[in-house]
Amino acid sequence: MTPMSNVSVTKDAAPTAENLVVLDNVNKHFGALHVLQDIDLTIARGEVVVVIGPSGSGKSTLCRTINRLETIDSGTILIDGRPLPAEGRELARLRADVGMVFQSFNLFAHKTVLENVMLGQLKVRRVDKKAAEEKARSLLDRVGVANQADKYPAQLSGGQQQRVAIARALAMDPKVMLFDEPTSALDPEMINEVLEVMQQLAQGGMTMVVVTHEMGFARSAANRVVFMADGRIVEEATPDQFFSNPRSDRAKDFLSKILHH
Amino acid sequence: MSDETPSDEARARENVFDFLDSGQYDVLGAFWVTVQLTVYSAIGSLVWGTILAAMRVSPVPLMRAFGTAYVNVVRNTPLTVIILAASLGLFQTLGITLAGGSDFETIGFRLAVLGLIAYHATFVCEALRSGINTVPVGQAEAARALGLSFFQVLFLIILPQAFRSVVAPLANVLIALTKNTTVAAAIGVAEAAALMKTMIEYESDAIFLVSAMFAFGFVVLTLPTGMLLGWVSKRVAVKR
Repeated sequence: MTPMSNVSVTKDAAPTAENLVVLDNVNKHFGALHVLQDIDLTIARGEVVVVIGPSGSGKSTLCRTINRLETIDSGTILIDGRPLPAEGRELARLRADVGMVFQSFNLFAHKTVLENVMLGQLKVRRVDKKAAEEKARSLLDRVGVANQADKYPAQLSGGQQQRVAIARALAMDPKVMLFDEPTSALDPEMINEVLEVMQQLAQGGMTMVVVTHEMGFARSAANRVVFMADGRIVEEATPDQFFSNPRSDRAKDFLSKILHH
Repeated sequence: MSDETPSDEARARENVFDFLDSGQYDVLGAFWVTVQLTVYSAIGSLVWGTILAAMRVSPVPLMRAFGTAYVNVVRNTPLTVIILAASLGLFQTLGITLAGGSDFETIGFRLAVLGLIAYHATFVCEALRSGINTVPVGQAEAARALGLSFFQVLFLIILPQAFRSVVAPLANVLIALTKNTTVAAAIGVAEAAALMKTMIEYESDAIFLVSAMFAFGFVVLTLPTGMLLGWVSKRVAVKR
């Protein structure tokens, strides 16, 4: 669909295996709106990158391009050194290696919690049923919802559903996990239970891209903060640097609005 | 019919009911053919209608175009025309017998089933398509993000949820189908309506009774269908 070949020569040599996700000169439009403008972003293996910025800055779109839920107009995206396939079986295989957690959970409503976590293993990984169930139960235990395994998603609280969604993504043994505002649809008292699971993941060495408004999580878990505004990456820094000493006016303005009330 | 004339009352009673005792009309047998037409056509319509719906939501433009064209042409053609076309066109002109041998009854039955499937699948397709629209787009995105293929997303995630939300409209299609099997009489299938026509001709003194009997027969077939599927509809509804 999108021509991938008309891109200028990459500045660096072929990315080393240490760079798990590489976005190079990525552009995307929604009609007249230029939502992603010349995005260059490299995420190393084991790195936790938190993407923050005002609404409509393109954070979620950026996150969704990494497993091609959104197509891009130009530029390249490499995952583990291989370009993102345009469609078909190759793309499906790549998506299986990229875990995704959505704002609205998106658990399969007609399947039980256990079935949700088993589905990808059975149908994509072709694991046998017993092994899949064992793994699903241990993952549900890890995110603290083992006792809800036989319920349907609608019977769970938002926080529980989001933790199941994390378990569902983890069941595929992803190389990288994408979180698209995972706590934005949650009641305040449920946010922490989800953030705790994400903290554990980060400490366990999972490569993560997290779009969020949770500045506390960014401070404590992120290796790097990426600040986006108006479709551009305005600033990239360590959390300490970014929160205590932002360089750009746009970031200063943003932080002053969210941190002072 | 008897032509002896005892008392008026006895004669009236005899005239009204004798066609049931005479063994001349196999009413249950005729309704059995109706049931068979309905069951085979329902299964076929469900399968073909699902395939059509898959075509209409497929990413391949040619598939979408075919699905749309088929549904709009067939849905807007009278069923009688379709059934007659199956008989006159497929069988009598092209000699297609659908492996029905040389038995006209079997050939007619199979062609009628074919026509009923071709027609009712369009309604199944459109009901399903409206069901697909009730499934939030996030369900498909989550499934794609797991690495499921287009067909896996459709058949494991989208259609199961779509079916659950359209049980009631599908019940309407099934009830309409049950009654529409009567059109098969037009190509000589010995189902209920064909027998009714015969009986009205030979039992003209009992037209109301004959008509009421067949109407009752169809109610017996369709009323439980509607009630059962209404119950199923509530049972399988997806909670969000």
